[in-house]
Amino acid sequence: MTLQAYQEKTAACWAGCKQTHAEFMANPNLSGGQKLAVHYFTVAMVLFMAQLLFGLLAGLQFIFPSFLYEILDFNVNRMVHINAMVVWLLYGFLGSVYWFLEDESGVEIVGLKWGQLAFWVLTGAVTIVVLVYLLIQIGSGTDTSLWLINEGREYIEAPRWADIGIVVVMLTFFYNVAATFSKGKWSGIAGVLTLDLVALAGLYLAGMFYVTNISVDQYWWWWVIHLWVEATWEVLVGCIMAWSLMKLLGVRRKVVQTWLYIEVALMFGSGILGLGHHYFWIGTPEYWFTIGGFFSALEPIPLVAMVVHSIYDAGAHKFKNSNHPALAWIIAHAFGNFLGAGVWGFMHTLPQINLYTHGTQWSASHGHLAFFGAYATINIAFFYLAAQQARGNVWMGGGLANGWRWKTAAVLLNLGVMGMTVALLIAGYEQSFIERAVEGSTWAGYFAAQNHPWFMQAMIWRMVFGLMTAVGGGLLFWDLLEIGKGEQRPAAVIDSEAVNP
Amino acid sequence: MTEQIPPRWASETFWKKTAIWVTGGSFVLLVILSFDSMKQISAGGPRVPAYSVINKDVSYRFDKAKQRYQPTIGDDAPLFGKTLSEEEAEKLVDHGKKTVQAKNCMNCHTLLGNGAYYAPDLTKAWLDQGWGAKESREQMMVNFLLDPEKNARTYGSNRKMPNLDITPPEAEAIVAFLKWMSSIDTNGFPHNFIALGEEDK
Ligand code: HEM
Ligand code: HEM
Ligand SMILES: [Fe+2]
Repeated sequence: MTLQAYQEKTAACWAGCKQTHAEFMANPNLSGGQKLAVHYFTVAMVLFMAQLLFGLLAGLQFIFPSFLYEILDFNVNRMVHINAMVVWLLYGFLGSVYWFLEDESGVEIVGLKWGQLAFWVLTGAVTIVVLVYLLIQIGSGTDTSLWLINEGREYIEAPRWADIGIVVVMLTFFYNVAATFSKGKWSGIAGVLTLDLVALAGLYLAGMFYVTNISVDQYWWWWVIHLWVEATWEVLVGCIMAWSLMKLLGVRRKVVQTWLYIEVALMFGSGILGLGHHYFWIGTPEYWFTIGGFFSALEPIPLVAMVVHSIYDAGAHKFKNSNHPALAWIIAHAFGNFLGAGVWGFMHTLPQINLYTHGTQWSASHGHLAFFGAYATINIAFFYLAAQQARGNVWMGGGLANGWRWKTAAVLLNLGVMGMTVALLIAGYEQSFIERAVEGSTWAGYFAAQNHPWFMQAMIWRMVFGLMTAVGGGLLFWDLLEIGKGEQRPAAVIDSEAVNP
Repeated sequence: MTEQIPPRWASETFWKKTAIWVTGGSFVLLVILSFDSMKQISAGGPRVPAYSVINKDVSYRFDKAKQRYQPTIGDDAPLFGKTLSEEEAEKLVDHGKKTVQAKNCMNCHTLLGNGAYYAPDLTKAWLDQGWGAKESREQMMVNFLLDPEKNARTYGSNRKMPNLDITPPEAEAIVAFLKWMSSIDTNGFPHNFIALGEEDK
């Protein structure tokens, strides 16, 4: 292709993108906040695809260690895999809150322009960070590397300049939420949500400094990771669930909000001190055995309560709802959260067990089911709510055109992740026994476990189910682009108990 | 319709207050415990030795009273033959830690059991029997870090560490960091680990 032909092609492509975006911005079915939400959801889906791709690359390297050796090494693929996950889930949360902010507050978003600007700034920054991860990868042992390339701390590898950018964007987001609720109605959901966002953003600061002492380093690192996923993120999805149950099923506000407070009490009451289950082996004092073991063992209780609550509500409303795919994913969320975080978490949370499972594929098994079950699911539910509204609040009940697509995607994704989880669980048990209990955790012991046929078989099954997950993900993306297009019937109307008890 | 008044334990305000008190109480407790933990894990404190511990022989032995393994600090055994002052030792370990972060070691290995599961845990890497003998250990570690491909010991797994462009000063600093890390009291993790030189004790 000549340079000129190339330039023409890119120009045409760019013009096409601008055209599509302009058409989208003129969509009469969406409010300003909802349009912003769809921006976040779109990038979230793209990053989800990237997460799956790099997961497959990393998984393959367990089976073929020379695959992409010194081109895209395991640490690079894994970093992109888990960073894409953290970022797409956060994008999904931001989008979900923007989605219901106007509905919940009763007024238009106060600083919509700032919110839009923040979206483009954040997306630009994420693009640069990913390109640097892939092209530069690592630096020399200096502060400059930590500021510009990567910080080398799992999950929060983003270089320091990006950390600062993230905090600025979060502040803009927080301003929009707080100011919009202040101008409109302050509901119970609004109050919990606002305070939770302060905590969520504040915790990020605990991961933004460098220390030599690795015990101190990991102490604060866990404040970010654990107090995010087992406290503030849980409460955030609690708020999102509360709103969804009112909208999708028509549950009464009073019931939903009372439950939300109960869940906050149980979740924070167990999750904050449950942090101690990460302080067994990093140099921290022995009292964390008791505190961490006890409180983290209580963490499943709110997760059980949430299942009971949502299934009860769904049953009480005879599963009548206006968006079948979204409700299906909300049910997947309730069970996934309970299983992945509650059951899988509980199984290795006591120090007597964790001594052997700590840092094995056991943790990876739990990590996959928990992040997918608790957080990917609820975001996907919101993607479906957005697709429905964007296409004119159309029918999304039974007899949907091409309804096989969302169902197949849901089955493949859920089965795929469950299959990977079980494969990794087997690998984790094998490692705990052979590497840890029998061999005594030396390097030779580590490799004895890695080379064992049981481990290798588990790695192959993980790839099989990983492929299934990836196919499901692709199908989901396709479905979200198409679902409801050309649908003429309006969405089912849900009676709210408040109006019609 | 007459609204039924729910019992107190089922009312919104009761649970709102409970949520606030439980959250506040837990957080205050966590802050108090964090102050104590910081005191105990500061370098030179009771659980995490000062950086100059790299001048000493470090090992890991079973403690009969506690029924678990514990790091032990022995006689002088200066790293690379140089006895360092506290400041020099801290500077060296700091350089090692920074290199470990900049090279993204944690996305293949675990450190103190946290990180990725593609390569062995580094918590007690300094004490691993794989280095053969105490006398040659330092040099072997440096050589390995400088050219992990050529010096690979994959134990039949074919999983090789990539060349991370580590410089000789960085390699020495990493070894210092690993030696210091192996002296942290990790409450007996990893369990049942027989350190280099402890085989027949
Ligand atoms: C949705 C909520 C949760 C998510 C997303 C989640 C995710 C994770 C992830 C990714 C890890 C591995 C961290 C690493 O890379 O080192 C982890 C570790 C752990 N999680 Fe969870 N978790 C959740 C809830 C829970 C709950 C409720 C419990 C306990 C009841 C729990 C217990 C643990 C324990 C004990 C570890 C440490 C594993 C080890 O020692 O290696 N988690 N979690
Ligand atoms: C195509 C499907 C997937 C494949 C093949 C895959 C593969 C992998 C691999 C190879 C690792 C590194 C584990 C190690 O260090 O040994 C990993 C880590 C991880 N993945 Fe995935 N993954 C996939 C999908 C997902 C999904 C859907 C999620 C959640 C939404 C997820 C969340 C995670 C987390 C949290 C970790 C870190 C676990 C830990 O440190 O304990 N992955 N994945
Ligand atoms: Fe945790």
